[in-house]
Amino acid sequence: MSKGRFGTYGGQYIPETLMNAVIELEQAYEHYKNDEQYNRELTSLFNNYVGRPTLLYFAARLTKDLGGAKIYLKREDLNHTGSHKINNVLGQSLLAKKMGKTRIIAETGAGQHGVATATAAALMDMECEIFMGAEDTRRQALNVYKMRLLGATVHPVSSGTATLKDAVSETMREWTNRIADTHYVLGSVMGPHPFPTIVRDLQAVISKEIKEQMLEREGRLPNAVIACVGGGSNAIGAFHHFINDKSVRLIGCEAAGRGIGTFDTAATISTGKIGIFHGMKSYFCQDEYGQIAPVYSISAGLDYPGIGPEHAYLHDIGRAEYVAITDEEAVSAFEYLSRIEGIIPAIESAHAIAYVLKLAPKLDKDKIIVINVSGRGDKDCAAVARFRGEEISDE
Amino acid sequence: MSRIKEAFGRGKAFIPFLTCGDPDLETTLELCKAIEDAGADLIELGIPFSDPIAEGPVIQKASLRALSGGVTTDKIFDLVDKVRKTVRLPLLFMTYANVVFSYGTERFVKTATEIGIDGLILPDVPFEEKGDFEPICKMYGIDLISFIAPTSLERISIIAQEAAGFIYCISSLGVTGMRDKINSDIDKMIGLVRKSTTVPTAIGFGVSTPEQAAKLAEKSDGVIVGSAIVKLIEQYGRDAVPYVFNYAKKMKLAITK
Ligand SMILES: Cc1ncc(COP(=O)(O)O)c(C=O)c1O
Repeated sequence: MSKGRFGTYGGQYIPETLMNAVIELEQAYEHYKNDEQYNRELTSLFNNYVGRPTLLYFAARLTKDLGGAKIYLKREDLNHTGSHKINNVLGQSLLAKKMGKTRIIAETGAGQHGVATATAAALMDMECEIFMGAEDTRRQALNVYKMRLLGATVHPVSSGTATLKDAVSETMREWTNRIADTHYVLGSVMGPHPFPTIVRDLQAVISKEIKEQMLEREGRLPNAVIACVGGGSNAIGAFHHFINDKSVRLIGCEAAGRGIGTFDTAATISTGKIGIFHGMKSYFCQDEYGQIAPVYSISAGLDYPGIGPEHAYLHDIGRAEYVAITDEEAVSAFEYLSRIEGIIPAIESAHAIAYVLKLAPKLDKDKIIVINVSGRGDKDCAAVARFRGEEISDE
Repeated sequence: MSRIKEAFGRGKAFIPFLTCGDPDLETTLELCKAIEDAGADLIELGIPFSDPIAEGPVIQKASLRALSGGVTTDKIFDLVDKVRKTVRLPLLFMTYANVVFSYGTERFVKTATEIGIDGLILPDVPFEEKGDFEPICKMYGIDLISFIAPTSLERISIIAQEAAGFIYCISSLGVTGMRDKINSDIDKMIGLVRKSTTVPTAIGFGVSTPEQAAKLAEKSDGVIVGSAIVKLIEQYGRDAVPYVFNYAKKMKLAITK
């Protein structure tokens, strides 16, 4: 079997035109991940530009209100640009720069990964082009503006369903078009090897910090770590350093959209089956002939028909659990956390919070749960208002 | 010797591509006959995939047209069964890994062989991943076609050594679609292939005019044309048959000199 496998998942199912590019990337990564200078620069960016380490905050009011396990929030929402995406983007952009690339391209759904990539490009003085579903450019006009403000070119993608999966396809197509000076900054733990590994390693800083902070605060490991899963990067980042600690439950929350019994869902583990797409073997939402299904979630960041190959593996071996959360549950959790803790979470992260609202009351008070709050919710206020039947506008 | 390799024995090969079910399966059937009559040497039959990452806009749109018309893998198998009643040329399926994998790779290949398919082209399955598909293709006696690209360089010899049927040489960077100019160093690519194998080569991606085809046929054993034909079908729909026939005839003539 080829390289970059998690069990039977992963691999490099991409056109021949891109093969030498991913091989070159793998070699560069294998070198730089152990390079002192690279790691020093990245750590310095994390500490001085992003604002790491992020807080591990004890949510006292939330804990009291739910009446069960102690709940901590890992505050990835406090990162520069407002989500965990920047961890991956800075690592990859710095690597690309060392590889001599002068241009970075990326897909984006809600625009968080696009904004993070445009930010890194501005900081590192690189050319930047972002591919975003035409549907999403309309839904997330503010993020489109931010990317342009940061100096990036934004290409609306109108092929297919004009959403995140089409943006990924189009970015891959653009990469085959111009490879020599260009690095594709993939936004999650997906795509062909070595991306799932690179992105995982860069996001693993989240669980490294959680572990240190938890041992310092509580003198022990948490009982559960919970995160939302789109492609799965914030979740893998939050799980990674706990995978060998069998006492720690790892729970990924997928977007059920209008429900896993409907066609309007993006819950890959709950409704998908094994397939090969976007460079990897993993679970995908698809029809009986392998056509990729149009997916739906209120959360543009979870609105993807696949899941990273390492999650597929963790699911199969039973090391991590995956649950599906509906739009309604996520929106309620979004509103609830805002009122009870004064923290407006990203609608993606609200999927993880929603599950904790169900889980925490069932656990004893001496148990500890960590929720990875992957991003902040400013970007989602208009969509949530609309979900509740209210139109808000700055005009 | 495989029927595909044999087809290259008759001189420079002209290999047109059709998206099955665009605009409908009946027209695809007529197009296959017309293309054979026009002098084509092999036919690539595209099984449409929802997200074809190696295709440019023309074939992307054709795939969506076919899928929204209700075409499925099983309906395409039925079509090929009918095509085979009159068309004798080697036929290849061109589709994406998930279409084959989700059907059950062995079930797919077995059925394809039974209805008279000679080869399989999967643009998202590079050399490193062919282990999922190639042993089954070999077992049933059909050729899994290998690709080489302008970026392949030192990979060309290892790919060529294990190639079967023909080697699909991607003319240019990027995806399928018509191009005014083909800038890559084709001579060098083909030269590297020739050092490793006698398997024939065919050049595809971006070929649309008889002049381009003639030039590329001088450098290789055959020419593959997709988007230019699909574009005619987009333009003329069910009435496309005579237009595609005339175009195919012109192209075949251009490479037969
Ligand atoms: C805040 C936030 N959380 C989560 C995600 C989902 O991505 P992943 O599953 O890779 O963490 C996104 C994606 O846009 C996001 O913006």
